[in-house]
Order: sequence, then structure tokens, then C-alpha cells
Amino acid sequence: MAYVHRIGAKSFVFADLKELMAKATPPRSGDMLAGIAAATAEENVAAKMCLAEVPLKAFLSEALVPYETDEVTRLILDSHDGAAFAPVSAMTVGDFRDFLLSHEATSQVLCDLAPGLTPEMVAAVSKIMRNQDLILVAKKCRVVTRFRNTIGLPGTMAVRLQPNHPTDDAAGVSAAILDGLLYGCGDAVIGINPASDSLPVIDRLLKLMDEVITRFEIPTQSCVLTHVTTSIGLMERGAPVDLVFQSIAGTQGANRSFGIDLKVLAEGADAARALKRGTVGQNAMYFETGQGSALSAGEHHGVDQQTLEARAYGVARAFNPLLVNTVVGFIGPEYLYDGKQIIRAGLEDHFCGKLLGVPLGVDVCYTNHAEADQDDMDTLLTLLGAAGVTYIMGIPGADDVMLNYQSTSFHDALYIRELLGLKRAPEFEAWLERMDITAPGGRLLPADARHPLLGYVAGRAA
Amino acid sequence: MIARDPWAAFSRHTPARIALGRTGASLPTDEVLRFALAHAQARDAVHTPFDADGVAAEVESLGFATLRVSSAAPARDIYLRRPDLGRRLSDESRATLAAAAGDPVDLALVVADGLSSAAIHAQTKPFLAAFKPFIAQQGWRLSPVVIASGARVALGDEVGALLKARACVLLVGERPGLSSPDSLGLYLTFDPQVGRTDAERNCISNVRPDGLSFADAAFKLAWHIREALRRRITGVDLKDESDLLLEQGRAPKLLDAG
Repeated sequence: MAYVHRIGAKSFVFADLKELMAKATPPRSGDMLAGIAAATAEENVAAKMCLAEVPLKAFLSEALVPYETDEVTRLILDSHDGAAFAPVSAMTVGDFRDFLLSHEATSQVLCDLAPGLTPEMVAAVSKIMRNQDLILVAKKCRVVTRFRNTIGLPGTMAVRLQPNHPTDDAAGVSAAILDGLLYGCGDAVIGINPASDSLPVIDRLLKLMDEVITRFEIPTQSCVLTHVTTSIGLMERGAPVDLVFQSIAGTQGANRSFGIDLKVLAEGADAARALKRGTVGQNAMYFETGQGSALSAGEHHGVDQQTLEARAYGVARAFNPLLVNTVVGFIGPEYLYDGKQIIRAGLEDHFCGKLLGVPLGVDVCYTNHAEADQDDMDTLLTLLGAAGVTYIMGIPGADDVMLNYQSTSFHDALYIRELLGLKRAPEFEAWLERMDITAPGGRLLPADARHPLLGYVAGRAA
Repeated sequence: MIARDPWAAFSRHTPARIALGRTGASLPTDEVLRFALAHAQARDAVHTPFDADGVAAEVESLGFATLRVSSAAPARDIYLRRPDLGRRLSDESRATLAAAAGDPVDLALVVADGLSSAAIHAQTKPFLAAFKPFIAQQGWRLSPVVIASGARVALGDEVGALLKARACVLLVGERPGLSSPDSLGLYLTFDPQVGRTDAERNCISNVRPDGLSFADAAFKLAWHIREALRRRITGVDLKDESDLLLEQGRAPKLLDAG
């Protein structure tokens, strides 16, 4: 069905809903690369105006990616909760924005609404929202998950400790874990991107983290970010797998390019839950996403990258994850060109994930061929802190020496806590205090050369 | 004012920026500036103009003939936004290669600026010097070395096909990391044709004095080429077993008879 919008004497015609969505998207290089972006600034706003008048219900009858050939579309539409949708079912996209910003849309109301919303609906409304709208509404959303601690409580923000090493060296990884813990980071997860995909290497990394967590009774969880099938294989061999990781995308074809489908994700989730390694909950999945992955795989169906990203959250929420994060600036300038586009995308992704009920964290990051720098990361981090982001990454000095990109550091996490008064997951916060790493209130204590963690790592590295 | 971290000694285990110390919640001045310098160097590596003439002269000084081509990306900013253009030859370069092609060869060697011209400037000559003895030993027939500007990895497919090469070896400046702005990557593709996927290539990464040494990289590449030509395949089905042939952890000077 075609959509038409008139501005003065000009008519803007959009062939279908997916074209309208693409042209209404704030400008970004990936949609230009795909050849689906608005041709002019005026066409972009005309598309937003037209989209604002589209009924939310339209997204239930006009699939952007065909239902018959895409299992992600089937998952989204088949699991849609009509009763939860009822309070907003008569609204247009524009009405929906007004509703989300109203005082009537409380945290509880938004929580109850989540199962009634599809990724396409939240992507649509995000396109007509300004950055401040995305921040204000996301801040109201509550998504709480649990494994060995409680993540997502109001006034808290967690950090993934990311101790990557270019050759998976045990002493090198341990040194970075120590650095992170003594800087008060690691409540979201201690999560390693391995350089190798060899099973014995990954098994050794899992045991290394399990030993530290067990020895010091740290209320957190570990993860090696390897393919879901590798994690399943490792669990069968008895490896200590806390969280099962997988990169996911918003179409069946893009997921196939990652070597996965919904069935194998379900197998991974079932296997992890069956181990019952969580102590306060069993949210045992960890997903990563990022705008542009479907285009990169040539599996985007002419749909804009931001909408497809929201669909990836639709996949994630079906598996009750502990953590989901967009790796917002990692994929490169052909998808998000500069700091402005990365900042906008980070806020959109966070908003869409939270509104869908997904525990969204953000890898606030960029590569060296993007027009961005650490100042842009400071800006995005500060905005996301204000928006109530579930977690961020903590990397020594913000420099990932294995993946060759820049993210946020342990110091950045301290900065945002200091600025906004954000606490850690309560179990982890109490542990840090018990270990004399932080003072009551959460600030770091002066580091002590006799701290038992130092002795432990020195012993392991010897 | 600065709180120093008493675990600085662990820095010997990792290139990661650990034990940086802090002032309040924040990084000490020295560290902020050290990071800014590393980022500036990595940015410059991406944006330094490619000195194709200089690289061609260096390659020729090793006794190789050279050809110059450019991709369909007319400028660096367009190159960064349009990876598809960096994977295709300009019309003029396509004509150049078609005219230059002679009898079929075993290898097409391509030197591509990629995302770090700094890497190509620094590593091309010493790497090719280390690799040259393997070409002679194995008797591989080579086309002229193609110096390609504005190039992505897949450009080698079109180059290799036009030069009728059984396999294409592409040297490329890798995406610069903060601690490795000048890292060279080597991509090997058997039966190069437009449309090959990355799953059909083998990659040897991080070639630079502080990473994989020139001698080790040259040995690894030669091993892969020999196996690729013998088994008529590259990519995920050609697993790297070259490590098994190291002598006390060091690469042999030449391939064995195997």
C-alpha cells in the first residue's frame, strides 16, 4: 500500500511501509549505502510527518519482512500480545509518541505494555522522537534481570568487565580482570571475546573466570563470547558456562550468516538454564547486536538498519536474556559515519530495547576509521547514563587490544557514577565494600598493595 | 594527588592499559594525553595519503615488476562510506590489467592500501623481501605486483581473474588499532573471481615488527599457497597447520619437500 504526504504543492509518495520507515529515519551512512535513505532533508521530514499518521495497527497487518519466508517476522507476530496492546491499539505513531511522553505513561504502564509492542512499532515511534524524547521515555522503562546478582534496578548501572587479550594469555586476562575488579567493575558480567575459537582455549578461559568468581565469592557471572554451538559443546563436556552468548540480527537470513536460527538459540538457552548456575535468577543468555549487520550480510530486505536492529531485540526477548547490548559504533563508518550518527543510534537502540522489555546495555564505541573520538563517547555515555542504560563496557583504558576498537573504560564507569550517583548491582556493591575495594557510598578506597586479589593474580601468573 | 595502582608490575602480561592510576574518578593527565596521541596516530594511519609511487619503487628495488591500479572509489571519504566501490576496479584500471595480462600465472600479488596506508608504507618491502625466497624455491610464476589504491580486500578477486592467476595474494593495511596503527594483513584466495566471499579466503593477520614477524608471516603464507595450489581450495576448509612445521617455535627459511 502506498503512502502519500503533501507539503504545499508537493506530493511525497512512499511505495510501502518499509520505504516510508527508511525515508523517515534520521540520516545515516548505512541506509545511504543500501540506497534506501531519503533523497533530501525535506523528504526525510515529509516521511516522518506521514509516518506519524500511520496507525500502530498497520504494523500488525503489513509485515516489512515477509512472514512466509522469515522466522523472525513469524516470531514477532505470532507472539504478539493483543491484550497488552489494547490500551494503545487505536493510536497512530504520532499519538503514541505523545502518550509515551505523558505523565500517564508511568513505569508500570510501560512495563505492562511491552508484550503488546512489536519492534517495528517502537522503531517507528523512535524515528519521530528527538534525542531528549528517547532519553526521557527510556528512563521510565524498568527491566530487571537476575543470575547471581540483580541488574537493572532504578538508580543502578552495571558494567561488563571485558579483559580481552590478543592471544588469550591467562596471565594477561587475569591482570585485566584484577584491574577491573579493583576499579569496581564487573557486575554485569566478566566477559571475554576470545581471539581463538579452539575449544581447549575457551575451556581454559571459562575455568580461569570460574575459579576467581568461586575463590572470592564474587556475586557476578562469566561468559566467553563464542558461538552458541561452541558453548553447547562446552556444556556437554562439563565446562563451567554461566551465560551463553550469541550475536543476533533482525532477519532470518542475517542470523543464518551468523550460523544460527531460533531453534539453536533455544537449545543454548535450555542447556544453560538446565545447569542452574544462577543463584538469584536464571536469566542465562547474553546477546550482542548492532545496526548494519543485516545489510552487511546482504539480508536486509530493503528495510532500514534501525528497524532491523529493533527486530533483533524482538529475537532477544524471546529467550529471557540477562544482558543484551548493541555494539553501536563497532561496525564502521559505512553504517554509522561519525560521532553524531553513533550518538543518535545509541540512544535509539537503548530506547527501543527498553520499551520492548529487553535489558539493554550499550557498548559505547567507535573504530579508528570513523569520524569520532573519545569526546563523542563521553557525550553518548553521559546521555545514556541519564537515560538509565542497563550496563556499559569496562575495558582497561578504553582500548580493546584484541578487537582493535575503543569503548568505555573502568574510569569512564567511575565518572558516570560520580556524576549521576549511579550504584552498582546491590549484591556486587556489597561485595566490593566487604572486600575493602570501595567505601560505603561506592567510591573507591585507596588501593592496597596487600589486597588478596593481588596476591592471587601474582600467584597465578608466576 | 594521583592515586597510583600497586599492580603496575602486571603490565608485563598484557598490552592492555591497566594500572593507569586515577585522580578522583578520572584518568591522570599523562594517560589522557598518551591515549590522545595513540588515537591521533591511528587516525593518521587511516588518512595518510597512499604513496603508491614510493611503494612501487620499493617493490621494484626487490626485482619485481609492478602495475598501478585504483579502485572505483574516487576519494578517501567516499572510500570509507562505500566499501562496494573499493572492491571494484576503476574502468581505466580494468583496461590496464586486461591489456597487461599475458599467459596464466600461479600467483597475482596485490599491494592494497586498505584502511592503513601507514602499514603498507612500513611493512611492504621487508615482508616481500622475506617472502621472495619462497617464490624462487617453489618456482611459482608471478604476474607483475599490482599496487592498488583505494582498495578493499575483494579487489584482489577482479585483479586475479584479469591476470589469469590460479591464486591471489593481497597485502592490505589492516584497520588500525590504538596500539597497532601499522599492521599488515595477508589474504590468500584460490581461483580469484568477482563474488568470492571472505569464507573462501585465508587470512594471516597482525604482520608487523611487534606482531607476527616477517619471517614467520612469509613462511605461513608460503605454506598456505602451496597447500591451496595443491588442494585447489582456500577458506574455512583449508585449516592452518603450518605451526606444526615450526622448528623450536621458529619458522624454517624455506618449505620442506613435503
